[in-house]
This record gives sequence, C-alpha cells and structure tokens, in this order.
Amino acid sequence: MTALTAMLIRDIRLSVRLGGGALTGVLFFLIVVTLMPFAIGPDLGLLARIGPAILWLGALLASLLALDRLISADYEDGSLDLILTARSPLELALATKALAHWLTTGLPLVIAAPLLGFLLNLDPAATGAVALTLLAGTPALTFIGLIGAALTVALRRGGLLIAVLVLPLTVPVLIFGVAASNAAIVGPVPFGVPFTILCALTLMSAVVGPFAAAAALRHGLE
Amino acid sequence: MPLIDLANPTRFLKLSSRILPWFAAATLIVFALGLWLIASAPDDYQHGAAVKIMFIHVPAAWLSMGCWTVMTIAALGTLVWRHPLADVAARAAAPLGAAFTAMCLITGMLWGRPMWGAYWVWDGRLTSVLVLFLMYLGVLALWRTVEDPTRAARAAAVLTLVGAINLPIIKFSVDWWSTLHQPAAVLRLGGPTIHPSLLTPLLVMALAFLLLFITLHLAAMRNEIMRRRVRTMLMLQAEAAGR
Repeated sequence: MTALTAMLIRDIRLSVRLGGGALTGVLFFLIVVTLMPFAIGPDLGLLARIGPAILWLGALLASLLALDRLISADYEDGSLDLILTARSPLELALATKALAHWLTTGLPLVIAAPLLGFLLNLDPAATGAVALTLLAGTPALTFIGLIGAALTVALRRGGLLIAVLVLPLTVPVLIFGVAASNAAIVGPVPFGVPFTILCALTLMSAVVGPFAAAAALRHGLE
Repeated sequence: MPLIDLANPTRFLKLSSRILPWFAAATLIVFALGLWLIASAPDDYQHGAAVKIMFIHVPAAWLSMGCWTVMTIAALGTLVWRHPLADVAARAAAPLGAAFTAMCLITGMLWGRPMWGAYWVWDGRLTSVLVLFLMYLGVLALWRTVEDPTRAARAAAVLTLVGAINLPIIKFSVDWWSTLHQPAAVLRLGGPTIHPSLLTPLLVMALAFLLLFITLHLAAMRNEIMRRRVRTMLMLQAEAAGR
C-alpha cells in the first residue's frame, strides 16, 4: 500500500509543480464559459436556463484535454516500465494514477464551477446542485479517460484520438449530470433519481476503467 | 473436420474460397426474392409507399448491432487466445458495421422527412444509433492509427469490449433522456403486431442482409489475410535488400 501512496503523492507533486500544468484545465474551463455568451447572446434568463449544461460541457472538455498527460508522461520518461514490472497490481496502480489525476485536474474544476455559476446568472441552489453533480460525475470522466489514455499511450499524436474514443463513452455521464442539475433546479424528476444513477456510473467506471486500461497497457506495450 | 482446423489461416483461405461463391449466390437469390416480395407488398394505410423503406432500414439496424456482437466475440478471441484469425475477423467486421449503421441512419432520415417533417429528431433510438455509429468510427480510427496490425488488434479489442459493456448503458441513458425531454411522439412499428403481408418480406430481407454480411465478411477476411501476407513479404524483401 505504501508504494501506491508514494505514487499518489509523486503524481500530485509532479502536476502541481512547474511544468505540470494542473491549473491550465481550470483556465480553459473559464475561457469556454466566457465564450458561450458571445456565441448565444447575453440574455441572462437563457444563460440561467442552460447554465448547468454549459458548465457540464466545459468541465467535460477541460477534463478531456488533460488526459493525454495521464500516462504518456510516464511512458516517455520510462517510469511506466517500472510500474508495469512492479509488485503492486497494475490495475491498482492505474486507479491510483487516475485518482491523483482527478485530484489535480478534476477537483479544481468542481471548485471553480460555483464561481463560474455567477457568470451564468445561476442562483445559489442551482450552483450548489451543479457543483455537487460535478463532484460526483467528474471522477467517471477521468476513469473513462484512463482507458483512452492507455489505448493511445504509445502513439505520437494520440490527443485527438483520445477525444474520438472517449467522448461517445461519456454520453451517459453527461446525460445524468445535466439531468440531476436540472432536476434540482426546475424538476419535475426528484434530484435523487438521476443523481444516484450518476454515482452508479462513477462507481462502475472506477471498476471498468482500471481493468480495461491495464489490459490495454499489457497487450499494447509488450 | 474439427472446428479448430479452421483457425489455421491457410485452411481458412482454402475453405472460404470454396464456400464463398455459394453464399454469394444465395445472397443474390434471397435478395431477388425479397425485392419481389417488397414490390408486391401492399402500401401501409398511414405511411403509404414510404413503408417500403422499412425493408432496408430494419435489417440494417439489426446488423448494425450484430456486427458489434461479432466484433465482441472476435475481441475475446484476440485477448484470450491471441489468435490472429480473430484479429482478422474483428478488423473485417468494423467497416461493415459502420456501413450498415450509416445505411440505417440514412434510410431512417429519408423515411423521417415525409413522416415527421424533419430529417432528424432527437429521439432515443435515433440518438443511440448515432452514438453507435460514432463508436464504430472510433474503432476504425484506432485501427488506422496503430501501425503494427497485432498491436492495433489488441487495442481495438479492448475498445470493443469496453464498448460492449457501455452500449447498453448508453442506450438506457439515452432512452431515459429522451422520455424526460420530449414525449414519445415517434411512430412505433414494433408495437404489438405487424401485418403478415409486411412481416414476410421483412424477414426475407433480414435473411438476405444476413447472407450479404456473411459473404462480405468472408471476403473481407480473405482480403485482410492476403494484405497481411503482402505486408510481411514486403518487410522481408526490405530486410533482404538492406542486408
């Protein structure tokens, strides 16, 4: 277990220090949300209505952009070979890497979402609902993205391919994330129904993601 | 002959060259029969002659899902037994599946224009087929990006299995989404019954499409095996020339 803890701390350190680029995702998130009113007009009522959808799309794209560094940095400097031959199971090691990645790229998006909610004229309850759904849903995006990152790790221009492979798989997360936010704001479905399904999606991707990614790495790198 | 012998690519080539003409002929005959039945089928009282699109649309929809099933079984063969013929089967099925899904979408849009007044509505079924189409394109993109065929096969196999787990979830969530956002205003042909005068041609056309898929799949697998042999020969040649 200590090896995994050490890896978690190492990954977090690497991404918050110089060259890690942990907060670039938040900056991208801010820019996407700023661009939206330019595209659809500054109507505050409309913005409040589609605000949860804008925040979810922005968070989805921002978490997608960070994915190509999830494994490829370790592949380039050779530490992935050590992880592959290490005694701790590859599945657990990858789950740890995904957790560290979520803590440094996903969690900042969740924290930034309430601030961006002001820009979109969301009232406090709606903002809280969106932040809560993002907290429950963004880990699923990271774990699904882990599969895409593992499949494309050895490719040179894998970034665009990750997006093509991963985005269709994130459809359920997006649907239930936005649905739960809207259910808390306007109803008519109770908040708990889509929200528990969203949590279930996250738990399931936390299981499927590391196993599929480990299979992809074992078969792809030999 | 035991089934395992088929797993030898050379034996597969020999056997498939023998049965391929029979499948091709059967495809032609059943298609001719199906088209004749369609021509003599009555128009629907609601859809008019547009109902005839169904005879292409529904079999294509069935095969769009069937191709992913074939790819899933082949993916298990790739990952569990590491068999090159399973790679070839998965590789050959992917473009066919994408083509059948595209055919399903296009015929559905042509049918939707006179019936719903729009080429596209964001209905649950349409949307999940569209996501299926995107996933086929993703698998094809992965096949085209990884250079080494064995590694490409394994990557595509992992993606296919993940897709097989996710496709029912996507279908469920899209259905949930569409019932939440709009009422079920779309025609439901499935429902309780289809009149036998329409059902018989539909089943014959489904058989014709199945035979078409088997024929094309066998032919594509043969092409893929030969393409790999050409690739190996070229590499050997390059190696000999470099020496």
